[in-house]
Amino acid sequence: MEWIYQPWPWYVSGPLITLTMAALLFAGKTFGVSSNLRTMCSIAGAGKYSDFFKLDWKNDSWNLLFVIGALLGGFIAQQYLTESNIVLISATTQSDLQHLGIDSKEGYVPTSIFSIEQLFSFSGFVMMVLGGFLIGFGTRYAGGCTSGHAITGLSNLQFPSLIAVIGFFIGGLVSTHFLLPLFLG
Amino acid sequence: MRKLIYILLGIFFGIVMSKSEAISWYRIQEMFRFQSFHMYGIIGSALVLGIVLIQAIKYFNLKSFQGSDIQLNPKSPSIARYLIGGTCFGLGWALTGACPGPIFVLIGQGYLAFIVVLLSAVLGTFTYGLLRDKLPH
Repeated sequence: MEWIYQPWPWYVSGPLITLTMAALLFAGKTFGVSSNLRTMCSIAGAGKYSDFFKLDWKNDSWNLLFVIGALLGGFIAQQYLTESNIVLISATTQSDLQHLGIDSKEGYVPTSIFSIEQLFSFSGFVMMVLGGFLIGFGTRYAGGCTSGHAITGLSNLQFPSLIAVIGFFIGGLVSTHFLLPLFLG
Repeated sequence: MRKLIYILLGIFFGIVMSKSEAISWYRIQEMFRFQSFHMYGIIGSALVLGIVLIQAIKYFNLKSFQGSDIQLNPKSPSIARYLIGGTCFGLGWALTGACPGPIFVLIGQGYLAFIVVLLSAVLGTFTYGLLRDKLPH
């Protein structure tokens, strides 16, 4: 049982993600996490401002239950299933990040940037607020995120999903190689 | 009671995302720098098995547990929508190191700053809804 406390290798994690997708498909649903953001807008009354949010959200409430579960899963993993949350990334990435002033031994996330206090700094604001905004805007514009396009869409051999995933990488490479050095350098 | 299954599946997903370290900002940086196989292995193996699964569903015409058709929702044809929308998401993915699922997992892990990321993402989706008719699709 010792393995459960260690980080799981990719060849365990990847198939377990497919298992999640399979369970949702056979439950009559689909594996696409970003849709819950639209559901939340609908519940908050966004239908008054745009027809896009006029939907019977009770039909989609399962995706809120799923992300509430994901939150609980994160809590359970942190409390009971993890010895150390230091991520052993490659030495090259460690040194690249060091040049940006980021220590890679802070847990899953560099808390020197991602903390409530840092909201009032320029880099913290950009990375949390602008970053989050782009996630919500971009996933709905593209009609899906990593789960909906890169896993479900590509599994279903959908050409649009391939274009979306190419977009994910264009954006990700621009942020990583141009924006991060600009904001953090 | 049927609703409980979605919470349980979410818990399973949250544990897998945590234990695979796919929720880590550092892992996403490593991926966008092409300096490790880890994230490519996760997404790639999920995808290869996913292709087998979905082809099997189609070939054997498998149904859901309730007997309804499996929802595969073919995507509507367009280039602009997927390329521009996808690029916006990619920019945000590399900045925050999180896609929509991991945002929730990280909050559960105790990284409460991701509540701000979540609220911003909801605002982003709301903004898309307001501008949708004016955007190229």
